[in-house]
Amino acid sequence: MKKQFGAITTVARYTALEAVRTRYGWLLLAAALGGLGLAAFSDQLAITESRQIQAALSSSALRLAAVFLLALFVITSTVREFSDKTTELMFSLPLPKGGYYLGKLAGYALVALATAMTLTLLMALFAAPAQALSWGLSLLCELLIVCAAALACAYSFAQVPAALAVLAAFYLLSRSISAIQLMAQGPLVRDGSLSQQVINRLVDLLAWLLPQLERFTRSDWLVYTQPAWDELTALLAQTLIYLLLLSGVALFDLYRKNF
Amino acid sequence: MQALPDHCRRERPLADVPRPVLALLIAALLAQLAWHQSQPGAAARRQPLPEAPSASTLNTFSLGEPVTLAKALNLWLQSFDNQPGISIPFRSLDYGRVRQWLERIVALDPGGQYPLLAAARLYGAVPDPVRKRQMLDFVYEKFLEAPNRRWPWLAHAVLIAKYRLEDLPLALKYARAIADKATGEQVPHWAQQLVIFVLEDMGERAAARALIGSLLDSGGITDANELRFLSERLDSLRDEDADAGSPNGFKE
Repeated sequence: MKKQFGAITTVARYTALEAVRTRYGWLLLAAALGGLGLAAFSDQLAITESRQIQAALSSSALRLAAVFLLALFVITSTVREFSDKTTELMFSLPLPKGGYYLGKLAGYALVALATAMTLTLLMALFAAPAQALSWGLSLLCELLIVCAAALACAYSFAQVPAALAVLAAFYLLSRSISAIQLMAQGPLVRDGSLSQQVINRLVDLLAWLLPQLERFTRSDWLVYTQPAWDELTALLAQTLIYLLLLSGVALFDLYRKNF
Repeated sequence: MQALPDHCRRERPLADVPRPVLALLIAALLAQLAWHQSQPGAAARRQPLPEAPSASTLNTFSLGEPVTLAKALNLWLQSFDNQPGISIPFRSLDYGRVRQWLERIVALDPGGQYPLLAAARLYGAVPDPVRKRQMLDFVYEKFLEAPNRRWPWLAHAVLIAKYRLEDLPLALKYARAIADKATGEQVPHWAQQLVIFVLEDMGERAAARALIGSLLDSGGITDANELRFLSERLDSLRDEDADAGSPNGFKE
């Protein structure tokens, strides 16, 4: 058991090290500088509430940049391991597939943690430390879900374009599924036709299966008031449940894959 | 046909997945469904129409494509009453802000007719005289900037003022503006003749007669049916005045 734990931490360490060696940090720094530039530019434009405008614009842009960079890193790194046959080499060692998966997920989680910490420090320039901390904690939860989803997509599709497209659809749907659900039941859609009913049921099904990411990492926490603790606790619970679900999907696929 | 051996297939059989992994997958799926069920559903919240930014700000954000931005804003403003899960009646919108947005859109895209149509036909159709007048006033103001292009919306405003608001002086003001300002070749005669019918409704029969007479004498009308219609209208006005015994056309 102790030996396996050691193997898992080794996989995690080398996965995180890969981020350093592929210059992920520089990319993140460039994104952070871009966010600062956007904040400075919006400060020039705003005639009032400039701090709030800076916080809202830069936090939204940086959150998207972080999700994109991290998803790209996880998917390309995993697909490259398949192509280089590193995965096969790993499975020839006395390490169960579940352990390998946990090591990879832990490594990517470390990268997500570093990303969230960097952006939280940046946001502390525009908001109170407690507000920035709540925002950062929520960003970490969001990035963890994105990591696990990216890993599951990479295992399922083993191709960068397909995995990235499915992950983008997952993320966009998760952020907008509540609004889509409301629109599907809204006053404009009342014809009650069979096709409409099928679409509504499909939207409902998606809402059941997807995490409600629109409740995560909201700019208004930086601009107005920080979220209540029960709101943050709910986000943590949703993150835990969804990490387990995505891990189940990824492991299911990993165990069935023939290398 | 012989089945491929296990090591040649892309996927291993389900039995190769360890039981704990299957149990984790099923338990996590059930947990997600239970979690979703326990969360409150998204509630539709009514958002007020925000104030329109300044024209220069919009120009900056249009990234050199003001017409594209104007078209997008048209759609956004028009669908503002249909927010996700909720429908807001037009009369609940702040018409001061609606007018602001419409003005910005016209400033971004002066060639577009969309904001004037929206003002005359969408926002001007609310059963609230004050809001109707706000929109008609907007249409009139914008008509004066480009009469030969924007006359259709002021013609519609004449009808709204006459039939919905029953404000004949306002209808006459708009109809006179069309007659006086929209003098381009593409403007049809019926639009310029609207003033006649408003004058008739106001009991200004002598003025209506004089206007029809001047139109006929001007030689600008060449269509035979139109000439006949106006001549008959002039005769009928004369006959009615003669019957009423009032040379100036006013009812006594």
